Amino acid sequence: MLSPSLVLLAIFVYGFIGRTVYLSLTDWGRQMALALHPTIHFVGLDNYRELFTGFLDVRFRQDLVNMLYFTLLFVGASLSLGLALAILIDQQVRGEAIFRTIFLFPMSLSLVVTGTMWRWVLQPRGGVNVLPAMIGREPWTFLWLSSRSQYLRFDWQHLPRYLGVGIAIALALVASVGLRRRRRLGPALAGVAAGATLGWALFGPGSHVKLLPFPELHGFNDALIGVVLAATWQMAGYTMALYLAGLRGVPSELREAARVDGASELQVYRYVDLPLLKPITLSALIILGHIALKIFDLVFAMAGPDNAPTSVPAISMYLTTFRGNQLAKGASIAVILLIMVSVLIIPYLVNAFRSRRAELG
Amino acid sequence: MKKVRPGRLLIYAALVMLAAVYLVPVYMTVITSLKAPEAIQLASAWLPPDRPHWQSYATAWDQFAPKLKNSLLLAVTATLLSAALGSLNGYVLSKWTFRGAGVIFPLMVFGMFIPYQSILIPLFQFLRNINLYGGLPGLILVHVVYGLPITTLLFRNFYAEIPDELVSSASIDGGDFFRIYRWIMLPLSGPAFVVVAIWQFTQIWNEFLFAVTLTRPDAQPVTVALANLAGGQAVYWNLPTAGSILAALPTVLVYILLGRFFMRGLLAGALKG
Amino acid sequence: MRWRGIRALLVALAVVAVSLAGPVSALAAPAQELEIFSWWSGDEGPALEALIARYQQLYPNVKVINATVAGGAGVAAKAVLKTRMLGGYPPDTFQVHAGQELIGTWVVANRMEDLTWLYKQEGWRSVLPEGLIKLLSTDKGIWSVPVNIHRSNVLWYIPRNLQKWGVKAPATWDDFLKIAPSLKEKGVTPLALGENWTASHLWESVALSKLGPEKWQALWEGKLSWTSPEVLDVWKLFGQILQYTNADAPSLSWQQAIDMVVNGQAAFNVMGDWAAGYMTTTLKLKPGTDFAWAPSPGTRGIFMMLSDTFGLPVGAPHRDHTVAWLRMLGSREAQDIFNPLKGSISPRTDSDLSKYNDYLKSAAQDWRTNKIVGSLVHGVVANERFMNDFATVMEIFLNTRDAQAASNAAQAIAIQAGIAK
Repeated sequence: MLSPSLVLLAIFVYGFIGRTVYLSLTDWGRQMALALHPTIHFVGLDNYRELFTGFLDVRFRQDLVNMLYFTLLFVGASLSLGLALAILIDQQVRGEAIFRTIFLFPMSLSLVVTGTMWRWVLQPRGGVNVLPAMIGREPWTFLWLSSRSQYLRFDWQHLPRYLGVGIAIALALVASVGLRRRRRLGPALAGVAAGATLGWALFGPGSHVKLLPFPELHGFNDALIGVVLAATWQMAGYTMALYLAGLRGVPSELREAARVDGASELQVYRYVDLPLLKPITLSALIILGHIALKIFDLVFAMAGPDNAPTSVPAISMYLTTFRGNQLAKGASIAVILLIMVSVLIIPYLVNAFRSRRAELG
Repeated sequence: MKKVRPGRLLIYAALVMLAAVYLVPVYMTVITSLKAPEAIQLASAWLPPDRPHWQSYATAWDQFAPKLKNSLLLAVTATLLSAALGSLNGYVLSKWTFRGAGVIFPLMVFGMFIPYQSILIPLFQFLRNINLYGGLPGLILVHVVYGLPITTLLFRNFYAEIPDELVSSASIDGGDFFRIYRWIMLPLSGPAFVVVAIWQFTQIWNEFLFAVTLTRPDAQPVTVALANLAGGQAVYWNLPTAGSILAALPTVLVYILLGRFFMRGLLAGALKG
Repeated sequence: MRWRGIRALLVALAVVAVSLAGPVSALAAPAQELEIFSWWSGDEGPALEALIARYQQLYPNVKVINATVAGGAGVAAKAVLKTRMLGGYPPDTFQVHAGQELIGTWVVANRMEDLTWLYKQEGWRSVLPEGLIKLLSTDKGIWSVPVNIHRSNVLWYIPRNLQKWGVKAPATWDDFLKIAPSLKEKGVTPLALGENWTASHLWESVALSKLGPEKWQALWEGKLSWTSPEVLDVWKLFGQILQYTNADAPSLSWQQAIDMVVNGQAAFNVMGDWAAGYMTTTLKLKPGTDFAWAPSPGTRGIFMMLSDTFGLPVGAPHRDHTVAWLRMLGSREAQDIFNPLKGSISPRTDSDLSKYNDYLKSAAQDWRTNKIVGSLVHGVVANERFMNDFATVMEIFLNTRDAQAASNAAQAIAIQAGIAK
């Protein structure tokens, strides 16, 4: 029954991914890149090595940092603003339909339209910055999309060490969760692995591995805040709708019971509603996450293709492929994006499916 | 359990303020679209035009009119097809246990995450080979296929909420695969269809990259016309803003008119993961 | 799981597939067609449409398909064109910048037909400047037909404002650096700048003034290293000039940078001569009195050009119609229809100047007498790979203001792109 869909997806998703992976291992992009039958050589992981350690791919590395930062801020902001809006609207307010529509309609716009709108709103000498001037104050001077200031800067050279520490922390968390569930073998293994990784990263060979022959600082760009604002404006209404549906689905007896037990309104939300909204949060997380990963049109329309402070991997992939004619390198950027998503998404998907099955028996 | 007044006031104040903030970009866009090109200056960005300049809308409309039919045909057909297939897939994945389902589901949903820019070239070649390049059918096919992951996800989550007893009792009664779908699942699917349809309609209506690459001019949807308004060396903001408003009207209308159903669909528990 | 219904579903899908495939036969290209691929839209649309109208007069039986792809700062058109070419389905003819954007991308890949015979038939070699033909040629042939010429190295200003501030248009960058501090004190931005590519645009004018036409050319032939002291000096001078530009540059389009000059917020702007079109047509200013121009500092007597051309791709579905189109494009008549509308000049030395406005007349004079060099940002002197990476080099410099780092990076990309050794 699934088979027609599966066949289509096999070709359109996995066939094309397979081809992209293959291309990423070649040198397609030399002199005659655009010949009808270009000569392509297999070069192994060269493209990837260049992206992560090449002198000239500093832009790609900053793009990765930007994407991480954007995803965290955008998903976090959309979830919290969406929840706040839902809770406000859930208070049986008058004109609920009007408010709902106002918060929901940005979702119906194309990202290009949103980008064009916000480009105007965030012009340093004509957008929100001049609003204070209208009431006689000094105008703000924040360079929304072009600010070059960064914080939480780190040296890309030492990335293996940071990654090692990160993995060690994650393993330690796994171990502690396991301990709390009173298992033995798992936590012990995880604990040992955590220790080993930490040792490797701080004292062992990991502390000497240098990705680059020179220091290269990357950090979180201020300029992305404008993009986060626009993207949140567009998608918070959607999470609001999801949460609102969830809140209305919470049985009122549960809330009543909590109130009878002397819980304040805030406590009711914290201990009764929020836990029940968890599955919705997960659904929203997937949808927002995939928007964040693929964010392209919005940045392009807001800040243009070459504005490094707001650039993301999807943009450099597009430019590398179609403007720079380096088709193999573009393919490797695409593969890196896919790997990053899979690491985040596949465990969730498998898990969601399994637990559902288990629940249904 | 009426709440006290100051609290209510605070809630309304917060809502009104947020709504005002939400409408700021719209205000900016509308006034910009009504200005003559030489009147669009950073310094006066917040001020409405002295006299509305409707010409931009006329120009935008001239370019959009021939493309609107394409967009409509594309969005409606692709939405219906991807919803129908998604619903069948969701039904299978939620109600029929079979080996490998736990693998197939993630594999299907994963399709959502491919960056489409990276598969443009093979996609083009594929459509050329099956002789579907250039017209709407090819574009519809592409949107249906890349819509499948999300429609399948949404429908599966929706059907998972429908008690299995309904299905198993029907099976005992001798109902088979399609009859159960037709007589039990489908009648319950209304809300899910609304949610999926709204999502798909807006996504497809607003999509640009496939639209511009896979069609020839006579089959192109409005997003391509919109990009052309903003293109070239000369960008006058009145045109793209007016075009944006025209291009967004259909989807915004869908939201305003169907918003109630959308909410009702959500309320029916369509999206519990 | 029961599979009984699968046949019904397959039938249903087949019906859908057939009904989708139905219209396909109608799409099979009729013989009498000419598909013209370009990124001209918006304000440039009318000029292209005038050309198409002329073609339709000459060949009423051919159905012209105007495949314009704009948006995305020009990259959308590149993406579509490259996808189509790699997919083995070229348009009948497409717009491409003269120089390496044509040669380094399409000619080296054997995707274009040699047009030397057409040049001979039409006698174009005697009416087009040799410098231009060289940019369209390799030792194997001439590869496209130019329709227009734009100038990149122009300095724009408002004479009335300069008078008010008591300054004159600088003849060299040293002059500029002398008057800039006083302008800054008056609260005026000495030089208005826009987004990333306009910085590169300014850079090429600065480089041309510092290097002169011969060394500029040597740079692209791999005879002058990017790490040489001369080029290092270019970056240093560029850095000094940037101190006198607006901080919000990356947020501004090139028009908004021009607006700053027109509104008296800035004194000068370096931009291509499409800026003249913007000021005359959109802002309704009078060339020569309301606004004025000069060669960008230190480049008097040099014309840094870019040119839009059309070519004949190998395997064009309607080759004969394309040839007719190219034949018309190169004619004096068609060029004098197109260029006054586009706000550019005709590359032909015999064009009828009475049809052009004051700015274009002066540009045409310079075109006929000046030394001609090619622009970097607009695809003439370097291949696309270099151009794409140069945007990154520019970002490195804007971020660090480190002349040495920028020189090193530029040398590295020049090696990768096959320009330097």
